[in-house]
Amino acid sequence: MPLPNKNSEDDLKLKAKIASSKFLDNAFQVIGVVTMILAILVLGTLIAKLFIDGIAQLNFDFLTKFPSSKAAKAGVYSAWVGSLIVILLTAAVAVPLGVGAAVYLEEYAEKNWFADFIEVNVTNLAGVPSIIYGLLGLGVFKYGLGLGSSLAAAGLTLALLVLPVVIVTTREGIRAIPGNVREAAYALGATKWQVIWDHILPYSMGTTLTGVIVALSRALGETAPLIVIGAVNFIAYLPENLLSPFTVLPIQMFDWVGRPDPAFQQNAAAAGIVIIAMTLGMNAIAIYLRYYLRRSIKW
Amino acid sequence: MYNQNQTELLKKAEVDKLDFFYDGTVHALKKINMPVFDRKVTAMIGPSGCGKTTLLRCFNRMHDLYPGNRYEGDIWTDQGINLLGRKVDPIEVRMRVSMVFQKPNPFPKSIFENVAYGLRVRGEKNRAVLEQKVEEALQNAALWKEVKDRLNDLASNLSGGQQQRLCIARALATTPEILLLDEPTSALDPIATASIEELIGDLKERVTILIVTHSMQQAARVSDFTAFMYMGEMVEFNETSQIFTQPAQQQTADYVSGRFG
Ligand SMILES: Nc1ncnc2c1ncn2[C@@H]1O[C@H](COP(=O)(O)OP(=O)(O)OP(=O)(O)O)[C@@H](O)[C@H]1O
Ligand SMILES: [Mg+2]
Repeated sequence: MPLPNKNSEDDLKLKAKIASSKFLDNAFQVIGVVTMILAILVLGTLIAKLFIDGIAQLNFDFLTKFPSSKAAKAGVYSAWVGSLIVILLTAAVAVPLGVGAAVYLEEYAEKNWFADFIEVNVTNLAGVPSIIYGLLGLGVFKYGLGLGSSLAAAGLTLALLVLPVVIVTTREGIRAIPGNVREAAYALGATKWQVIWDHILPYSMGTTLTGVIVALSRALGETAPLIVIGAVNFIAYLPENLLSPFTVLPIQMFDWVGRPDPAFQQNAAAAGIVIIAMTLGMNAIAIYLRYYLRRSIKW
Repeated sequence: MYNQNQTELLKKAEVDKLDFFYDGTVHALKKINMPVFDRKVTAMIGPSGCGKTTLLRCFNRMHDLYPGNRYEGDIWTDQGINLLGRKVDPIEVRMRVSMVFQKPNPFPKSIFENVAYGLRVRGEKNRAVLEQKVEEALQNAALWKEVKDRLNDLASNLSGGQQQRLCIARALATTPEILLLDEPTSALDPIATASIEELIGDLKERVTILIVTHSMQQAARVSDFTAFMYMGEMVEFNETSQIFTQPAQQQTADYVSGRFG
């Protein structure tokens, strides 16, 4: 096709077409920037408000003191330690189970209606309200297994909560591995297990860990299911073992918000800052791990 | 029957009335019969989609990885084993038959680990042995000079042609009995291609080679025997010189002279 002559009718039409496409390009860019600024503003306002309210309370003592009936003396020691242990427990249970389930579904299970059925259910589980998991934990872990209102019951309950996310992200990571890389390993005589262990798991680990940490930072803020299984909101000692009663940061915060003394509102805000700091810390780890584990992986 | 003037011809394998179905329905190979001579190079030529890759992948049971694929017929080895037999473990087959794929497919690991992987799968842990075999394989694949100072670099940092030679080295490191090459030089420049062709010439003293190629010149240069396939059927199999100078079938004549395909 010859190029249209300059300023001919076709030439002008082409120019008009390009101009209108470019206009859409620009319009979309503007909309994108505006929405992003709005989102950042909302987040910024929230964090700023927390800081303004809580910063006065936030100091080293606040992190090393137990709760108290006097606002000025109260701290979040038992709460942040509880949060940390519960999250570690959650990860220790959810990661092996979730990765195992994902590997099974992707590599072993026959692709039939039953696999589809499981797939739909796992995806739906990710959307079940967290309080329902609380009820499950109450029935199965607290009473069924007799774990009581303990760290163990909390960790297991939150593990169930994050399990679907771990499964779904791990499967995504596995599916992103090109078939010809898999074939290369099989062609060298590798067994299924060798392929999984030497290739599938390492190549999908970046995706899995990112998913795990995003899920865990959500679990860190979960309050409802832990209230259901009976987390205490005033506890003046550190847990001794996994069957000890416990509290976590959001429950501590929730308790303080409910108190009439305005000094406790400052404590609540300070506890909020601690939660956000932990979440951001976890996200930083996620970003680093993703970078570190995926630096070698270019498909 | 073939007037090869070299030493006596031994059969390494024999494809016997082989039918292959993708997913139980797509009939990709139809009653293929073909001998594979020991320590000779057999080229497989034919238009795109005629089933060359499909036939090649029968030799290392690659099709077993996907449910629904079905073989009918046999590939007998010189030891009287049917490679496609139900009791034969595909993993054992793949331990003896190496493959280089149509597209380079290095692992996202270091250059060294890529070449060493086949040995690791076979349980080799001795560092010195690994290093020696990796070097040998890279030398053979004409890649050693370019990578000897960066064995720990990622394979994905290599150029496309270097990646393909890396895959060749990976397939050679395990000293296979049969080497399957699926268009191994389609991504290479003329110099690398020449070095691979030279390598094929050297290798056939030890290894039986099956090579798929779209280049008539390449088939003529490197192979002793040539199989011409069309639409899933084996149209003609003969010594390469015969196929290119006095083909028995009109279709073969048309194809090798570039009149169709
Ligand atoms: N996974 C598959 N499922 C179904 N059909 C397939 C599959 N792979 C290949 N085929 C079909 O089988 C036939 C042979 O394909 P094959 O890849 O063996 O061709 P080829 O001769 O290697 O071609 P090319 O020269 O383009 O690589 C083609 O018709 C193709 O469409
Ligand atoms: Mg092919």
